[in-house]
Amino acid sequence: MDFRTPLAKALGIGSAKAGTAHWWMQRVTAVALIPLTLPFIILLKLCINAPYRETVAWLAEPLNTVCITAWILAVFYHSALGLQVVIEDYVAKEGAKIIAVWAVNLSFLFLALAALLAVLRIILVG
Amino acid sequence: MGWGFLTYTTGNFMAANSNRPTSPHLQIYQLPLTGMISISHRITGVMLSVGLLFVVYILSAVSGGTSSYGQMQAMLGNWLVTLMYWGFVYALFFHLCHGVRHLFWDAGHSFDKETLDYYAKIELGAALALTFIALIFI
Repeated sequence: MDFRTPLAKALGIGSAKAGTAHWWMQRVTAVALIPLTLPFIILLKLCINAPYRETVAWLAEPLNTVCITAWILAVFYHSALGLQVVIEDYVAKEGAKIIAVWAVNLSFLFLALAALLAVLRIILVG
Repeated sequence: MGWGFLTYTTGNFMAANSNRPTSPHLQIYQLPLTGMISISHRITGVMLSVGLLFVVYILSAVSGGTSSYGQMQAMLGNWLVTLMYWGFVYALFFHLCHGVRHLFWDAGHSFDKETLDYYAKIELGAALALTFIALIFI
């Protein structure tokens, strides 16, 4: 049931219709990231310290590939959702706000794709 | 009410405006521990997002083969980068711990005033412990 006044409807005042999903997905990705932090830390430490072959062999293990892929999907989504909230809180001008939110979302989509394709290349070619 | 208040307001507008007491600004208002933790959660969130750029760089370097992998490791061997890496890991675990706290709040638990500082200290300690475990034992 819609309780808004006819004037509010005509002016388009009210929720943006996507707030609940945004809030919810922030929590879903947060919960997913709690266990996925472990494989990420392991990979990070390998990349910093281990020889090339060891890092590639670890990432090529099926379970590790799935965990890191899941981590990438969750972390870039979680990050973009969070940065959007920060922008909405501090950027007051409507135009600048929309541009910033779009820029962040598109950049993080691009970065997520870059990370996913890098993982794919490592396990297929590396 | 007469119309005198209009001239009073306009006549004293500037003086009244500059002398009026203001609410505490962020610069002079001392945030309680919970407030510090709250803003730190947001700041670490933004910092970790920037850190993701480095993660993409690292993964790209690994996918580039042995030579780019070697270059990446040489760059990460720098002491300043190592310090940033430790900071990154601590920020990550702090963000994780306070995130868990937020999940408790979302479920409607542990809002009592008495336990707020206590849980805040647990978060900071747990993040430090997790950082040491991650850096030394994994």
